[in-house]
Amino acid sequence: MSDKELLEKLKNIVTPYVQDKEGLENFDENTDFLNDLKINSANLVDVVLDVEDEFNIEIDNDSMNDMLSVLDAKKIIQLKLAGK
Amino acid sequence: MKKRVVITGLGVAAPNAVGLKNFETAIKEGKSGIRFHQELEDLKFGCQIGGKPEISQEKLEEYFTPLQLRGLNSSGIIYGVISGTDAWKDAGLTIDPGDDPDWDTGIIFGTGILGVDKFREAIHLIDAGNTRRLGSTSVIQTMASGISAYLGGILGCGNQVTTNSSACTTGTEALLMGFERIQSGKAKRMLVGSCSDHGPYIWGGFDAMRILPANYNRDPEKASRPMSATAAGFVPGSGAGALVLEELESAKARGASIYAEVLGGEVNSGGQRGGGSMTAANSDAVIRCIEGAIVNSGISAKEIDVINGHLTATNRDGAEIENWVSALNLKNGNFPYINSLKGMTGHCLSASGSIECVASVLQLKKGFIFGNVNCEDIHPEIAKLIASEKIPLKAIEKPFDIIAKASFGFGDVNAVVVFRRFEDSLTR
Repeated sequence: MSDKELLEKLKNIVTPYVQDKEGLENFDENTDFLNDLKINSANLVDVVLDVEDEFNIEIDNDSMNDMLSVLDAKKIIQLKLAGK
Repeated sequence: MKKRVVITGLGVAAPNAVGLKNFETAIKEGKSGIRFHQELEDLKFGCQIGGKPEISQEKLEEYFTPLQLRGLNSSGIIYGVISGTDAWKDAGLTIDPGDDPDWDTGIIFGTGILGVDKFREAIHLIDAGNTRRLGSTSVIQTMASGISAYLGGILGCGNQVTTNSSACTTGTEALLMGFERIQSGKAKRMLVGSCSDHGPYIWGGFDAMRILPANYNRDPEKASRPMSATAAGFVPGSGAGALVLEELESAKARGASIYAEVLGGEVNSGGQRGGGSMTAANSDAVIRCIEGAIVNSGISAKEIDVINGHLTATNRDGAEIENWVSALNLKNGNFPYINSLKGMTGHCLSASGSIECVASVLQLKKGFIFGNVNCEDIHPEIAKLIASEKIPLKAIEKPFDIIAKASFGFGDVNAVVVFRRFEDSLTR
């Protein structure tokens, strides 16, 4: 899967949780879920579950805690996909 | 000096109608909301019928954001939010997205149990060792106060926001709690109401107690028969009702349209003594509750024009009428008009009190008394106590001044509230 495809999928996943739609327009690897998209921190667990469903992977608790930005998410997803 | 409290907004999601206008039409026409549910037959329920408000996907999207709708599986929250938001808008209040909550407005919105379908989802995941897959909304959809919390956030209320629970008196009790808060000057407005989830996990326990009718599964609209000789048990229902209570001066200052005045009421318990039990009412307590409500309202018994009873269509209806007759010391042709909404909606459990308060206030405001559905054969014990013309079978157009609404619940708890047609010049 190309980086572009992966980012596109991530963007679709986080869209329902985003409270600052402007942040979504500049969505790239540097986008931070809490600061740029204003996702409610309680919803981060939902983002993780949706990522698991979309990529058919399981994200352990440690990785979950580190998943705060698009770049974090990309790295974790790629790592888990490679380990499958 | 106690503040006067008026009602400035109403909202309802009932089995026979969703939305105030539809509800008014439905109760005037005697429309039934009781339907057969295949799911209940599949689960081998004795009673396979029940009352559920019908909510379309479009309707849901009017009241909830796409994010709120993700994984939303709590019917009580759906009904409660719809009725609560409707009441708010009906009162002419707006939703302010700004940073400051409305410090003068609170919420008391009760329930019996909340989000059972969501809780079932969670139980299955937990038992499968999959707790991590619950998501973030399992708690907020199943905590009892989830309904007041949802409404509090949507409407931005900054006064007391809480949930009460007292079985089938919940809605009427919530109203009286909100009334007292405004009366004592602690809030200017209180959104009060209650909701009840629907479905087999709510209704199953009652089916197991054999207190639901099992012989009307092919004729659901005939099943709920309050005060009837052939009453066979209560039909389970669900839904929500909501009312905006407001300090009179506040309502006048903002030019709000006023439905009625809350004169007063009473709540008590029979202590599960003297004939009272977990499931049956102590008659002395019911009588005291009615008498207390009359005294607290500053009226006399004979001023009551209409009673909206609890009257669930079990064999306890006769005892309720007897208690009213004793408490008011009025009988036969001197007894007020009386009706029960449950013939149309079934018994909406924790939502019943608030849905029926909405129906009571509508009758008062619009000058009609809705008919008692399925009561063609008045129970002989009841017919001995009150004249049959006091139990109208069809709606009658009749302006009147005062209605008393009663709710009684498991745990031997009682609540009675008195509403009066609003007239500025009348004082308490």
